[in-house]
Amino acid sequence: MIPHGLPAWAEVALRVLAVLVAFLTLPLVVGQLEHKAMAHMQSRLGPMYAGAFHGWAQLIADGVKFLQKEDVTPAAADRVVFKLAPAVGLLPYLLVLIVIPVGPHGLVAQPLDIGLFFVLAVAGVGVIGMLMAAWASANKFSLLGGLRGAAQLLAYELPLVLAAASVAMAAGTLSLPGITEAWRPWWLLWQAPAMVIFFIAGLAEIRRPPFDMPLAESELVFGYLTEYTGLRFALFLLAEYAGIVVVSALTTVLFLGGWRGPFANEQLGWLWTLVKVFAVSFVVIWVRVSYPRLREDQLQRLAWVRLVPIALAQLVLTGVVRLAVHQ
Amino acid sequence: MSGLPGGGLARGLAITLRTMTRRSHTQQYPDVPPDLPPRSRGVIALFDENCTVCMLCARECPDWCIYIDSHKETIQVEGAARPRSRNVLDRFAIDFALCMYCGICIEVCPFDALFWSPEFEYSEYDIGELTHEKDRLREWMWTVPPPPALDPLAEPPKEVVAANALDAAPVGEAE
Repeated sequence: MIPHGLPAWAEVALRVLAVLVAFLTLPLVVGQLEHKAMAHMQSRLGPMYAGAFHGWAQLIADGVKFLQKEDVTPAAADRVVFKLAPAVGLLPYLLVLIVIPVGPHGLVAQPLDIGLFFVLAVAGVGVIGMLMAAWASANKFSLLGGLRGAAQLLAYELPLVLAAASVAMAAGTLSLPGITEAWRPWWLLWQAPAMVIFFIAGLAEIRRPPFDMPLAESELVFGYLTEYTGLRFALFLLAEYAGIVVVSALTTVLFLGGWRGPFANEQLGWLWTLVKVFAVSFVVIWVRVSYPRLREDQLQRLAWVRLVPIALAQLVLTGVVRLAVHQ
Repeated sequence: MSGLPGGGLARGLAITLRTMTRRSHTQQYPDVPPDLPPRSRGVIALFDENCTVCMLCARECPDWCIYIDSHKETIQVEGAARPRSRNVLDRFAIDFALCMYCGICIEVCPFDALFWSPEFEYSEYDIGELTHEKDRLREWMWTVPPPPALDPLAEPPKEVVAANALDAAPVGEAE
């Protein structure tokens, strides 16, 4: 897709621009999908006015509204950390998008040999943004939300990494394009438990319902977002949708074969990737609508008693099958 | 309850997905007017030509939201020994801020001067504006629908029975 023979700086600019555009549009599309899918699942219509046709411009209108709001910093807040937190919460997702392959033959902003490692490490930084917001707000609800978020991070990072390790073992590489290259359809069955665990742990990582204990608006006002207003609040919301895109994209690349489709992989690889990303995003929204929030003890129990042992068993299975196939 | 582990979770997902494929129940009110049932109670209309200022409606009204002022006029009829007097309606107002839409005034009116109209879009920014005076109540008359058709096999209306009896009676006795 990227034409050859460009000067190096132009190619870099083009790749960065493509990632930036994807980063700014995909979360909005997912957000709109959430508005509409959730509404229809609850027998409503959702936004109908903004943009005249079925409320397609609702999120843009929301953004304009957030821009106009006053940017309040609480008097007792740790000002620098408070103001930095939204950026720390959002930027990791932008960085993750850089290494996600969209199509075959290096259609990726920056192929990395240790792409999987990079993705897991950087995505973990996003949680730091939440902890910063929780601590710097000088608000007990925010702090409680932050504590819950930290506990959730500790519990779910482990199954996430174990599930990702399973697919890396199966492919024999940490490079994301390499994993997609090595992927075969029967892996859907072989890696199914890892896929489910990765998806669930990913949901918990981005604090989506039913794992939104750190926000829990019925108990904690709005958790670590309580003191945020205006554009900084909007950035956190954008981070949530960007998180959905990233988790869906990772699930797609690691477990669903990335750009592999029923036909025309060479030309339409990017389309298959997008279709799969949106399908997984739809499941994220679907799960949100269907299930109530997990209690804190249920949350921890699910991670330590269910997910971690299953992930370890999956690792064993992956190792055994891998050895059997390659002997 | 279901046998398989996770069966309940799957059922939850199925319910939301099924709801998504069905039509939503949202009424897009300002864009699409609601489909009101017959005999909807929206606003009370006054056919003031029929009103005789008998005051029955004002007296029966449970929350005293009907205001009536009138005066008497005398009419000299040729050949009559004394002038005849009759009531003239000066003011007829219904305060829809007080009205509870019970419809007793309409039931009690012996001269068919009050009617239900299904119009309901008359909200105001000032509560005082909700008192509709005679002219405005008269304007609502144009929105009063014809009475809905009778159910099959229903008894004929009393007025029709009376009129038919009148036609059948010999001339001279009908008085």
